[in-house]
Amino acid sequence: MRQYVIRRVGYCLLSLFLLSLTIFFFVRVTGDPATLLVEPGASDADIAAIHHHFGLDQPLWTQYGLFVWSLAHGDLGQSFYYQTPVMELYLQRLPNSLLLAFVAMALSLLIGIPSGILASVRVGGFWDGFGKLFSLLGLSLPSFLVGLLLILVFSVYLGWLPSSGAGGPLHLIMPAFALGWYFAASHMRLTRSSMLDVLGSEYIKLARLKGLPQSLVIAKHAFKNALIPVLTLAGINLVIMVNVAVVVEVVFAWPGIGRLLYEGITFRDFPIVQGVVILGGAMIVIVNLFVDILYAVIDPRIRLES
Amino acid sequence: MSTPADVIRLPTPAPPRFSAIRALRLGDVPMVPLAILGVIALVAVFANQLAPHNPEIGSLTARFKPPFWVKGGSTEYLLGTDQLGRDVLSRLIFGARVSMVVGFTAVFFAGIVGTILGIVSGYLGGWVDQVIMRITDTWLALPALMFAIFLASIVGPSMWNIVIILGLVYWTRYARVIRGEVLSLKEREFVRLAIVAGCSKLTIMRRHILPNVINSAVVLGTLMLGVVIITEATLSFLGVGVPPPEPAWGLMLSDGKQGLMVGYWWLTVFPGGCIVLMVLSANLLGDWLRVKFDPQLRQL
Repeated sequence: MRQYVIRRVGYCLLSLFLLSLTIFFFVRVTGDPATLLVEPGASDADIAAIHHHFGLDQPLWTQYGLFVWSLAHGDLGQSFYYQTPVMELYLQRLPNSLLLAFVAMALSLLIGIPSGILASVRVGGFWDGFGKLFSLLGLSLPSFLVGLLLILVFSVYLGWLPSSGAGGPLHLIMPAFALGWYFAASHMRLTRSSMLDVLGSEYIKLARLKGLPQSLVIAKHAFKNALIPVLTLAGINLVIMVNVAVVVEVVFAWPGIGRLLYEGITFRDFPIVQGVVILGGAMIVIVNLFVDILYAVIDPRIRLES
Repeated sequence: MSTPADVIRLPTPAPPRFSAIRALRLGDVPMVPLAILGVIALVAVFANQLAPHNPEIGSLTARFKPPFWVKGGSTEYLLGTDQLGRDVLSRLIFGARVSMVVGFTAVFFAGIVGTILGIVSGYLGGWVDQVIMRITDTWLALPALMFAIFLASIVGPSMWNIVIILGLVYWTRYARVIRGEVLSLKEREFVRLAIVAGCSKLTIMRRHILPNVINSAVVLGTLMLGVVIITEATLSFLGVGVPPPEPAWGLMLSDGKQGLMVGYWWLTVFPGGCIVLMVLSANLLGDWLRVKFDPQLRQL
């Protein structure tokens, strides 16, 4: 077990190293990073000053060392537009993003799990066909389009829901649905296949042989075990949701991390863009580590494998 | 006198006639998606001939005209005009060109990089495999959209930059799958025989492994087409994709957002509909190909 954890932590650190290297490398290979770090319209003298200030006149390895050093201290630089540290801005927006992601996740599970179970009970039946259509649409409709169409129907024509901003629970409904839509389809598919796996196992056959009614077999015996992979995926997806909500947050003007990233793009505020991407990537790498370790705790086969 | 061979000869079934045609029979090919993609491709090729107006120049006197069947619309602008008085239909037609070019070249680019790295990684193994797979894992961990936004904000918006960015972001998906296939292929008899026959590693990878993974790469490519088109539309929508005034569907949606609250629905519904039609067709076609050619990929 200990060996497994050490190995996983090692991989995680390696991933973080590669992540920082990727970001560092791409910023420098595509041109002079000083042009990204100064405000648009800066003079040559300003650029030279920036070069010196950020150590861009030093050898690459020193630069990379400095880059990682400041990352390790949680220093992601200063936003040009807001004139505050990027970390501070990020932490300000994080609660909003988490709120949106939690509601969207709840919605996607509420839609995905029951429809996945219905689809698995009779393969090839009506609900299975319906589920296939649903998952196809989930993959094919981009979330910003879902958002725009929701606004068109529920804000412009019906006037039921506010089209933008944060506030009461009403503000959450449409963004959460637009964000959860794709994930509902993916949760449905996993619930279906996981239910099918479980329904084929011996103990379900036994439960049926005992004469338990179908509803009890599904609800009590199969459902619980089929839920494990779905909830694991949901855990990872929650982190992914926080980081892919950019478009939804832009459509609904939701003040989260994605909106911050968008502001970074439109104001050419590079430290924000870089900071959000680094933190997002790091968050996902670390959550993956936890999931791996959790798996090993639950399932001895995994920790003995290596 | 009959020879033993005559006695035990079994009635062989008559060989199917026109087998080549049967292999391409229209019955189980998803005709509708194929037709939609075909039409979009034709529209993209003949955009210059088909578009009734210049897609990038509008007349400010004809702003926000609705489609012709709505009151206030005219047959001059069949699907209405946008905030600069540009013809929506013409922009949609030229937008098809952008989506097609970006979609196919990005999928192709990602496919080449991913397939080569997947084969090298799977066949050579050892530290090469370790290095390539670690990079793949790390890049896969970054949400594709966020990674693309990051790259796009560094290199600046242009259509070809988007192609390169999408290729850089999505090659990892190919590398993963192809590597898995190569791992099982390289244990097979014909590869061992090739080694015995003295083929170099490069020859084996090129002549013996590559033809066997091409199927998977094509199936994966079709499935990726939808993803790539959505990502392109998303980047354009966010303002880091295809730069204005070029007509891209994602960009049109972004422009249309301004008019949405006042009810100018045609600026959102038409480009949105085009994206959905194209992505849906690509996904249906990809699903069909996957089941048809590659049972191993079914669980993807």
